[in-house]
Amino acid sequence: MGKTAKKTSSPYAGRIAARSHFRTLRLDTPFQPRIDALMKQNDWYSWAGYRAPASLWDEELEYFAIRSTAALFDISPMVKYLIQGPDSEAYLDRVTLRDVTRLRPGRVQYTAWCDDEGHVLDDGTLFRLTEDAFRLCCQERHLPWLLDSAIGYDVSIVEETEEIAGLALQGPTSFAVLREADFDGVEHLKVFDLAGFEHQGGTVTISRTGFTGDLGYELFVPANLALSLWDRLMEAGQARGIRAIGYTALNRARLEAGLIVANADFSTAEHALRPDRVRMPDEIGLGFMVDAKKGHFNGRRAIMAARDGKKLRHVLVGIEIEGNIPAEHAIVYHGKKKEVGLVSAAGWSPLAKRNIAIASLVRPYGHTVNDDLWVEIYAMRELKYERLMKRARIVPRPFIKLDRRTANPPADF
Amino acid sequence: MKTWDAIVIGGGHNGLVNACYLQRAGLNVLVVEKNEWVGGAAVSRSLTPGFLYSNCSYVCSLFRPETMRDLELPRHGLQVIAYEGGAVLTRDGDYLANYRDHDAHRREFARFSKRDAEAYDRYARDVTRQCRFIQPLLMRTAPDPTSLKPRDVGELLFLARKFHDLGPSQMAETLRFWTMSISEFLDEYFETDVIKANFSISGIIGTALGPMSPGTAYVLLHHYMGEVDGSVGAWGYARGGMGAITKALSSSFQASGGTIRTGAEVDKVLVSNGKATGIVLANGEEIAGRLVISNADVKRTFLKLVEEKELPDVFLRRVRNFKIRGSSGKVNIALDSLPEFPALPKDSPCYRGDLHFTDSVERMERAYDDWKAGRWSADPFLDMMIPTTLDPTMTPPGKHFMSCFVQYCPPKVEGRDWTDADRDAFAETVISQIADYSPGFRDRIVHMEVRTPRELEAEVGLTEGNIFQGELTFDQLLFNRPVPGYAQYRSPIGGLYICGSSTHPGGGVMGAPGRNAAAEILRDLSKSNTQMSPAHDVI
Repeated sequence: MGKTAKKTSSPYAGRIAARSHFRTLRLDTPFQPRIDALMKQNDWYSWAGYRAPASLWDEELEYFAIRSTAALFDISPMVKYLIQGPDSEAYLDRVTLRDVTRLRPGRVQYTAWCDDEGHVLDDGTLFRLTEDAFRLCCQERHLPWLLDSAIGYDVSIVEETEEIAGLALQGPTSFAVLREADFDGVEHLKVFDLAGFEHQGGTVTISRTGFTGDLGYELFVPANLALSLWDRLMEAGQARGIRAIGYTALNRARLEAGLIVANADFSTAEHALRPDRVRMPDEIGLGFMVDAKKGHFNGRRAIMAARDGKKLRHVLVGIEIEGNIPAEHAIVYHGKKKEVGLVSAAGWSPLAKRNIAIASLVRPYGHTVNDDLWVEIYAMRELKYERLMKRARIVPRPFIKLDRRTANPPADF
Repeated sequence: MKTWDAIVIGGGHNGLVNACYLQRAGLNVLVVEKNEWVGGAAVSRSLTPGFLYSNCSYVCSLFRPETMRDLELPRHGLQVIAYEGGAVLTRDGDYLANYRDHDAHRREFARFSKRDAEAYDRYARDVTRQCRFIQPLLMRTAPDPTSLKPRDVGELLFLARKFHDLGPSQMAETLRFWTMSISEFLDEYFETDVIKANFSISGIIGTALGPMSPGTAYVLLHHYMGEVDGSVGAWGYARGGMGAITKALSSSFQASGGTIRTGAEVDKVLVSNGKATGIVLANGEEIAGRLVISNADVKRTFLKLVEEKELPDVFLRRVRNFKIRGSSGKVNIALDSLPEFPALPKDSPCYRGDLHFTDSVERMERAYDDWKAGRWSADPFLDMMIPTTLDPTMTPPGKHFMSCFVQYCPPKVEGRDWTDADRDAFAETVISQIADYSPGFRDRIVHMEVRTPRELEAEVGLTEGNIFQGELTFDQLLFNRPVPGYAQYRSPIGGLYICGSSTHPGGGVMGAPGRNAAAEILRDLSKSNTQMSPAHDVI
């Protein structure tokens, strides 16, 4: 029977060494010592099991760092997969919605992927590092899905969330900060370009991407180079108003940019318990990703059938609400009476000077019927709900469009 | 001679729940219990000075909060403490833990397989979907599919709508889920043996099925659909042992005017003109009652307490063939000090949860093979816990009570009755397995209570010692539990009802059969039932 417990032997040494994780429920990211030093609010939240800052010092100032100087935000908790091998392009073309054959090495795609029923599993960014190597960054975890989808393809898929540290450097002076930090050639990066740069004998991958709708970059390095990268940026940014920020500020910026967050603005298919909560790409504003011209991809048949059969039930829209009171999680009405949807993110936009929101509506509202929409705002003020019925207008996303985001060469503010 | 409005046979948790509701609805109710104490299989007894055991059932999750509230059980002393985790100790000197924290849980699985670690969310989603489907059915009487009564038709429509709401792919999944084996079900999510073993535990506890037997996936659900104060799926210890539940129930019952007679074994249910009129005790005493409600299992009720001639043939045959097979035993151990498991760090929360040694599905299936051959498992599956790590009231300070649920254990040993020597050898199998993982374990033992199906049947009255009063297989669920046509707590005999775990929705210390039976009885009496609050919403 061999049921006697044996002494620890080498094949299990790694797994046994990892046991102590239960003593630390929230992990530190590789940047934690620097963030801890700047954290004055002790305002933490759990981001995918990591101790992440909601705000460090002052969320207003952190927001304005994004919009007027440069903001540094730790994105290490993002889930990351390294996909390599001769078939990696064909494989990712099959897994994701967009045409990956048109994604050149050194370019980044904002993309999404679906289950066989065409329901969105997640959205994320796909970095083509080389001809045969990609990095996929996202909010949720998908290793079984990615591995199962790889059957028949010559690819390897490695989850590397803990091994790779990530930073977002966003704001009008972000380019200037990188140039000051001697990342020579970074001026050549256009929006969605990426390139490798030398750092402390290793490589930092810098892409001109971000979650703010502003001029900005994302930097990925092996975890052991994280602190020196942070220091390099902070030092270079001294005279450019660089500031570490938390999620509260970032969340305001992403709303202005009209960007959606998985499991905040839509429920991902692997987490939705209620059958009517899953969404197709067309139902969350990602229909533009679906490439009908390319060959088969996961969910294709269902997505096309839903399009043909007019079976799409929901639509995600940007709305502008009269007045100034944020409409977070407000119900959307047609003709003030008929309930037609829900606001998933809302706030006052300091940049657009408008009261903006992202909402999911039941078609045809927000799709073909766009007039006479209202939101009912319950604003708690000193233990009383002030109830407001405000007119809502469907507007294009992003809510703000900044020329500096795409300007080439990037402006040196 | 006094005639009671209702006589409840058996003071187990369902009998007491039933009695409480009836008494509170204004009936004059008598509970008769053969033992000198009440509790049935939810009991805490002291068999050695200073130590209290949870002698049979040992953890609580399924007991419905609606019933706790209606019967004011917290006021009568009931408190359930969620436990902190659990582990499977592996033969290579490691363990796989279950942590309450979602991310710690994932990291723990990642020690064995990164893939399986990330498969857990999908697994949890699918099982939760099934739980959400089944949960609203627990507190409702199962509809009779052959009936055209408006209520049955309405309930069938409710069931059909719930099913339809699942959507096409989930409908298919549900049918598969209800009929497949836990091993096959887990293969669809996980690749690591110890992780599959970890989850398959809930698929076999209490059944005479192995992890590769069809139908065990549903049993898993049965263990997942409970809660501790809204924390769905959580399990906990009742402070003072499982007897705290029935103690609170009997206190609540008596506070509302109910009467309990212990040491009163029932010999027969009196039937006159096809209607129950009372009971006869083993000592010959007759007690008259307008209604008789049996908490005993369906076989004991209809094959022992009722004259066969009073029952229809088909019904009798189905009752005889009702699957209620003994598959488990129990070893309760008083310990001088907290046992050590060198593999498990001293500060691990797993000490305050369930511990297991069966680290592969294959090993579990082999343990089942022994049962099929009529022997207890040479390498048994243990569901082991030390409730005193969270509840110091059960032993003197620093001492501990360990509860070991042991599977598989046959109702007869190779076809013959259990002997005391068999029982001792069975205990030795269990102790030697624990001692393999916990050096010095034997030296800590102060006292032991060993219970094979023989002891469980003799004391608690569970036929073959089956903890669920009948297998939880699909053929014996919903409107087929216990037998077709009699799933609504009534019997072929007027005024005779059944309220034990043999009835829908089945076993576990849930109290739902007792409650649902009370609702049917009150409906038959055209009595208002304002004491019973509606089932909790599942939205």
